[in-house]
Amino acid sequence: MTNHWSDIQNADLILIMGGNAAEAHPCGFKWVTEAKAHNKARLIVVDPRFNRSASVADLYAPIRTGTDIAFLGGLINYLLENDKIQHEYVRNYTDLPLIVREGFGFENGLFDGYDAERRGYPDKSTWNYEIGPDGYALTDPTLSHPRCVYQLLRAHYSRYTPELVSSICGTPQDLMLKVWEAVAETSAPGKVMTIMYALGWTQHTVGSQMIRCGAMVQLLLGNIGMPGGGMNALRGHSNIQGLTDLGLLSNLLPGYLTLPRDTEQDYAAYIAGRAPRPLRPNQLSYWQYYERFHVSLMKAWFGPNATVENNWAYDWLPKLDIPGYDVLKVFDMMYEGQINGYFCQGFNPIGSFPNKAKVSAALSRLKYLVVMDPLQTETAEFWRNAGEHNDVDTAAIQTTVFRLPTTCFAEENGALVNSGRWLQWHWKAGDPPGLARTDVHIMAGLYHRLRELYLSEGGVFPDPILGLHWNYARPDEPSAEEIAMEYSGKALTNLTDPNTGAVEVRAGEQLAGFGQLRADGSTACGCWIWSGSWTQQGNQMARRDNADPFGMGQTLGWAWAWPANRRILYNRASARPDGQPWDPVKKRLVWWNGTRWAGTDVPDFKLDSPPEEGMSPFIMTPEGTARFFAVDMMAEGPFPEHYEPFETPIGRNPLHPDNPLARSNPAARVFKNDMELFGTAEEFPYAATTYRLTEHFHFWTKHCRLNAITQPEQFVEIGEALASELGIAAGDRVKVSSNRGYIKAVAVVTKRIRPLTVDGRTVHHVGIPLHWGFSGLAKNGFITNTLTPFVGDGNTQTPEFKSFLVNVEKA
Amino acid sequence: MDMNRRQFFKVCGVGLGASSLAALGMAPPPAYAESIRHFKLAHTRETRNTCPYCSVGCGLILYSQGSGGKNVSQEIIHIEGDSDHPVNRGTLCPKGAGLLDFVHSPHRLTQPEVREPGSDTWTPISWDDALDRIARLMKDDRDANFIERNEQGQTVNRWLSTGFLAASASSNESGYITHKVVRALGMLGFDNQARV
Repeated sequence: MTNHWSDIQNADLILIMGGNAAEAHPCGFKWVTEAKAHNKARLIVVDPRFNRSASVADLYAPIRTGTDIAFLGGLINYLLENDKIQHEYVRNYTDLPLIVREGFGFENGLFDGYDAERRGYPDKSTWNYEIGPDGYALTDPTLSHPRCVYQLLRAHYSRYTPELVSSICGTPQDLMLKVWEAVAETSAPGKVMTIMYALGWTQHTVGSQMIRCGAMVQLLLGNIGMPGGGMNALRGHSNIQGLTDLGLLSNLLPGYLTLPRDTEQDYAAYIAGRAPRPLRPNQLSYWQYYERFHVSLMKAWFGPNATVENNWAYDWLPKLDIPGYDVLKVFDMMYEGQINGYFCQGFNPIGSFPNKAKVSAALSRLKYLVVMDPLQTETAEFWRNAGEHNDVDTAAIQTTVFRLPTTCFAEENGALVNSGRWLQWHWKAGDPPGLARTDVHIMAGLYHRLRELYLSEGGVFPDPILGLHWNYARPDEPSAEEIAMEYSGKALTNLTDPNTGAVEVRAGEQLAGFGQLRADGSTACGCWIWSGSWTQQGNQMARRDNADPFGMGQTLGWAWAWPANRRILYNRASARPDGQPWDPVKKRLVWWNGTRWAGTDVPDFKLDSPPEEGMSPFIMTPEGTARFFAVDMMAEGPFPEHYEPFETPIGRNPLHPDNPLARSNPAARVFKNDMELFGTAEEFPYAATTYRLTEHFHFWTKHCRLNAITQPEQFVEIGEALASELGIAAGDRVKVSSNRGYIKAVAVVTKRIRPLTVDGRTVHHVGIPLHWGFSGLAKNGFITNTLTPFVGDGNTQTPEFKSFLVNVEKA
Repeated sequence: MDMNRRQFFKVCGVGLGASSLAALGMAPPPAYAESIRHFKLAHTRETRNTCPYCSVGCGLILYSQGSGGKNVSQEIIHIEGDSDHPVNRGTLCPKGAGLLDFVHSPHRLTQPEVREPGSDTWTPISWDDALDRIARLMKDDRDANFIERNEQGQTVNRWLSTGFLAASASSNESGYITHKVVRALGMLGFDNQARV
């Protein structure tokens, strides 16, 4: 979230799209209720299902799954054509005036430089700004240059007419226009909409671009950086945010630093490529300090063994030959027999990954599998024959599986990061059952055994293993407190003020924040964005002052938010260019007080930069502005374009009906043999989508008695029209099949899913909750992801769980 | 208490009436009153925690019983929302309200186990044996398949034949130490639930 849960109370309008907070994040949804009750806010829900969020909305609009870019692209067109944009905001804080290189173009659904063979854009050189002789990007403040971002944006979305959008999305045109009109009202300075989205946007082959498209709407309206505004990703699990911040992803390092590629053999070039100089005068371009963050990380990991001579142990980091070994790639390699060992730490991939048959076959080809979990999981028992629910040949599966019991939240100290980026400390209340251990204890145990093995018998490249800095009081089980102090960071030598020579931080002391990090090896910090979470004053994450002196819900004394305890990102944009809030009464967040930036939140800005200096609020980009034009950062193009799900119920992209290359995401990766497993509408006519229920959490709560009582049995949701067409009555058992397999479940026949008219035909949706499997206290069932396709988003590789095709018949 | 003489007698009269009833055998036997169970939560230890399910991060209070002595294990008997918490203000959803059943689920794992190739059962194994065997498998695989240089002769130092899937609800501290170990080994097939 750019903002946070309690800040939703400051919204004037709430758009829930690609999520269902009332059911998936119930206690966070209370802030929507609060905004409605005390701020006269209105709620709009756009979703294929009339869900519980929709049931309390002021306006609900149905939409076909996977078509959100068409809806939002149409909205962008509507805002531009009706002049409903926040002019001063977009001119000063976004890239609309910047000029794009000559040669950039878009034709028949594809941007320039497309290579159909490689399914991508190997040459993105024109997807960038025109740079002037002074090294700065060229701009046209009048927005009239034909290649300025404003003109390109306008031309790109002019194709998204209400008629065409309605025909793609199946949203009735009058309803769609009502939504657009309501949204457009928040273009008035000081009127604010928030967007709340979740996996309903991420889990598509164009998921990242859906989210970008939402962010573009918010920028046009001037809603980013505002209290009650922002782009608010409602993360699905309690510490997904924290584990992402810590970089537990194939290509990342902690704090959104990135691993080097093979081609980056030179350390200085690696840093230079990630530390951009400002692209416009007087801009901060905060990533220019990349080396400070990187060196401090390497000092935290490798201690005295990371030195200036060995480039801070640069060669000890693995290098990537491809963009990343994401889970789809790894399970495809496993399926091909290229992976021998696999670890699952609190994760149940056979339930959570698409195409269970492929995942199961892949796991069967492992030599060893290690599962660490507090609970039984289907993954640990993928080899067990559970009849129709898991019909495998146990004796033929030669994988050795270790199942290690771990503690749960109640049995350990530590911090979790909620969606609002709050790091909240928690304390152990009791002992774990039996012999269960913490994950830290297990990882330390494995590390020490490997270290001993490499010391005693040698082996391949032991340097980073033997050189790892492991200076904990109990090496076999480092404490949560020691680890937290390590990621927050400390001084290794006395840090002095370069001007006065005065000692600012003494050697060994905790740092106050990332502003104190150095690139010379004198600081160690395991996650720069979390620097300041444990200072000399102690554990900031354990703070419990819930005072809210401005009555805006910012509670700066409660826990600690990254970065620098800022509660709302880009909050400089909540003030006009002259430094005063757009709305000084209800939306005051930060302002220039004559000598510095101050406010009700920690300013996300250079504190002493006066408004006259013209520094823009988006301090992380080299140009200082937010981007409508994503330059070369996205796989499928700088502007979001609607592409159909890989399994589309209409078989063509109405925007480009004659170009099969532009039907589905042209830059999404598809593995060998998976293309053949996509189904067609002729055989599988219904648009299916998967989701959670309020009463269950993933595959955990079917092991909890109360939850198993409240939702005991697997079901699917079918609209009344489809049910009557198929002769299915409520309570009948049905078989739902895709081209990859089938599940059987009880049919819930509902008014909440209605047929939509799309591209001249009728499209029915089938809703499939996620939570069942072949072990638990609830009635055993099928794994829903038996049905889903093995293809991911073009950038993140997040699987397309939200849009695929099925057939339904009486079981 | 402020009372005049008249009121004093009134109160005493009521008191006399009640004790007379007791004398007539109409009061509950004294032993019965002594056996009334005390309110459980009055004698518990309260621990602040955070709900491990979705990302709202609701504050929890875990109530546990036990003397608090060094040799005594605290038994968690009740979980409720933390009313001081600025986001959930004491509320919990149907998932959070059932958390006690997660902590005490009969399907909690309590013992390291191994399933040998082709077998259809779990066999208990000690922690030391489990970790020794896993470390052996890891080292053999790493030594056999670690890539120090690619075909162009560039230094790459990666290990692709073993992968690691990190959690979605483990603490920052678990995540940090996991990342530190996994990258030191050179692994790239490394992801967490954020990917899906």
